[in-house]
Amino acid sequence: MEFLIASAIAVLTAAGVYLVLRRRTFPVVLGLAFLSYAINVFLFAMGRLVIDRPPLYDKAAESYTDPLPQALVLTAIVIAFGMTAFVVVLALRSYLETGVDRVDGRPDAEADQ
Amino acid sequence: MSLMVSWWVVASLILPAVLGAGMVLLLRHRLTLSRFGSIGSCLILILVAAVLVNEADGGRVQSYALGNWRAPFGIVLVLDRLSAMMLLLTAVLALIVMVYAISTGTDRKGWHFHPLFQFQLLGLNGAFLTGDLFNLFVFFEVLLIASYGLMLHGQGGQRLKAGVQYVIINLVGSTLFLVAVGLLYGVTGTLNMADLAVRVAAAPAGDQGLIAAAALLLTTVFALKAALVPLHFWLPGTYAATTGAVAALFAIMTKVGAYAIIRTSTLIFGEDAGGLAFLTGPWLLPAALVTIVIGFLGMFAARGLRDLAAWAVVGSMGTVLCAVSVFTVQAMGPALYYILHSTLVGAALFLIVDLIAQRRAQHGDAITLAPRFRQSEILSGLFFLAAIAVVGLPPLSGFVGKLLVLDGVRAAPQAAWIWGVILITTVIGVLAFARAGSLIFWKSASVEGEIELRALRGTRGGIGAAAALLLTLAGLTMLAGPISRYTAATAAQLFAPGPYIEAVLSPQSGGRR
Repeated sequence: MEFLIASAIAVLTAAGVYLVLRRRTFPVVLGLAFLSYAINVFLFAMGRLVIDRPPLYDKAAESYTDPLPQALVLTAIVIAFGMTAFVVVLALRSYLETGVDRVDGRPDAEADQ
Repeated sequence: MSLMVSWWVVASLILPAVLGAGMVLLLRHRLTLSRFGSIGSCLILILVAAVLVNEADGGRVQSYALGNWRAPFGIVLVLDRLSAMMLLLTAVLALIVMVYAISTGTDRKGWHFHPLFQFQLLGLNGAFLTGDLFNLFVFFEVLLIASYGLMLHGQGGQRLKAGVQYVIINLVGSTLFLVAVGLLYGVTGTLNMADLAVRVAAAPAGDQGLIAAAALLLTTVFALKAALVPLHFWLPGTYAATTGAVAALFAIMTKVGAYAIIRTSTLIFGEDAGGLAFLTGPWLLPAALVTIVIGFLGMFAARGLRDLAAWAVVGSMGTVLCAVSVFTVQAMGPALYYILHSTLVGAALFLIVDLIAQRRAQHGDAITLAPRFRQSEILSGLFFLAAIAVVGLPPLSGFVGKLLVLDGVRAAPQAAWIWGVILITTVIGVLAFARAGSLIFWKSASVEGEIELRALRGTRGGIGAAAALLLTLAGLTMLAGPISRYTAATAAQLFAPGPYIEAVLSPQSGGRR
C-alpha cells in the first residue's frame, strides 16, 4: 500500500508540475488542482498509513490512526477548493476582458512570431 | 496570560473578523457607514496594539490557548515583543491607508473594499500572533484571498492579467507550504512551533535530512512572500498594476514573509537545533544581497513611478533579509528597525506616486516630460522626502536604519560584502530618484501647456495621508533611541527562545489563567 500511495502522489505531482508550467491559464488551473490533490494525499499519509482503525474514540478499537492529518486535510481541501474555484473565475474573467488566455499576458500573434 | 491581556489579544482578531463579516452582510450598499466602521476598527486596533506592545515590553512571553485546548494539542496565540510590534505597525499603516482610500475614493471603485480590508487585517494579525505552523498557513490563506480581492479592486485588463499571475504564484507557494508542513509533521509529530522547537532539537540524526528539507522548503515559501530573488518577479507587476492605496497596504505583506522567516529560523531552527541551526543562512544571505542589487537596478531602469516604488520595496526587503540572515542578536535588532522603516516608507512612496499619477492625466506615472500639473510644488516636496527616506540619506529614518544595519553586521564574516552592496546600491538609488524627480518635476516645469483634469477627489485627505506616513518616519527617526532599544530587546528575546517555549508548553500558562 505504501508503494501505491507514494506512486500515486508522485504521478499526481508530476502531472501537476508539468501542467503548471504550461503557458495557457486553463492547463495551469488543472495543474494546480492536481498539485492540491497530491498534497492532500501526502498530508493524509504523513500520519502513517493504518488500515481499518478509527481516528477517534471507539470502545471496540484496539488502536487508533492519527486524527490530526485528517483535520489538516479537511482544512486543506476546503482552502484548495475555494482557491481553485477563484482562480477559474479569475482566469475566465481575464480572458473575456483582455482576449488573452496566456499566463504571461502577451497576445498570441506577438508570441508566435 | 492574565484575563485582560487575553481579551486584548483576541480582540485584535475578533474585531476585524466580525466587522468584516457584518459589513458583507449588512453594509453592502452603505458606503458611509462602512467607512465609519473601517476607520473605527483601525483606531481600535491601534489602541489594542499599543496596549499589547506595552504589555509585551515587560519581557514576558504570554500565550492564549484557543478554546482552552492546551498546546501542543490545541492552537495557541502567542504574544511577545515581535508580534506586538508587528501588530502596531499593521494597525498604524492600515489607518493611514484607509484614510487615503476613503478620501481619494478608491473604495468607491467596486464592491466590498471595506470587508476585504478587514479580512486582510484579520489575516495579518493572525499570522503575527499564531504559535502554530498549520494555523500560520490558514492565516496566510486568509490574508492572501483578501489580497487577491483588494489587488483586483477597481478591475481593468492590466490588473486582471497581473492578478492571474499573482494568484497562481501564491497558490503554488501555498502548495509548497503544505508540503513543508506535512514533512515536519511526519517527522516530528507536531505542528506547534514551540513543541517543534523542542522536538527538532532532539531529533535523531537520521531524521535531520528530512527536517532540513522541510526547513528549506518553508523558507522558500516565506522568501516567495518576501519577494527575495529569484522569487521576486511577481512583485513589480502586481504592485504596479493595483491601486495606490492597496499597493501601500501591501507594503506590509512582504514583511509577513520576513516575519515568518525570522520566527521559524530563530525559534524552530535556532541555536538549539544542533546540526540544523540556522541552516538557511548560507542560502539567504547571497539571495538577499542579489535582491538589494536587483531592486535598486530595477528602480534605475523603471519606466514608471509605480515600477520605481515596487522595485524600491524589493530593494528594501533585500536590506531587511541580509541583516536577518546573519542570524546574530546584533544584526536582528537593526533588521527589525528597518522593517518598521521600510514598511512605512514603501507605503508613503506608493501613495505619493499615486497622487502624482492622478494629477498627470494621460501621462500617468510614466517618467517622461509633461506639462506642469496641479500641486506639483507640494508633491515634489513629499516625493523628495520619500526619496531621501527610501535611499537612506540623512536626516530621515532610512539613514538611521541603514547605519544600524551596517553597524549590526560588522562582526559577521560576510560584513565586507554587505557593506559594499548596501553602500554602492545607495548611490544607485540616489541616481534613480534624481533621474525620476528631475524629469517629472524640474524639467517638466519648463514644458509649455497645462494638463486638463477632471475634478480631483479629496486632494487634502490624500496629501494628508501621505504626509502622515512621512511624519511617522520622522517620529521613527526622532525616537530612534527608544525604538532601537525595543528592537534590540526583541532580538534578544528571539535568540533566547526558552521563555517562549515555556510560555506555550507549560500547563499553568495554557488556558486563561
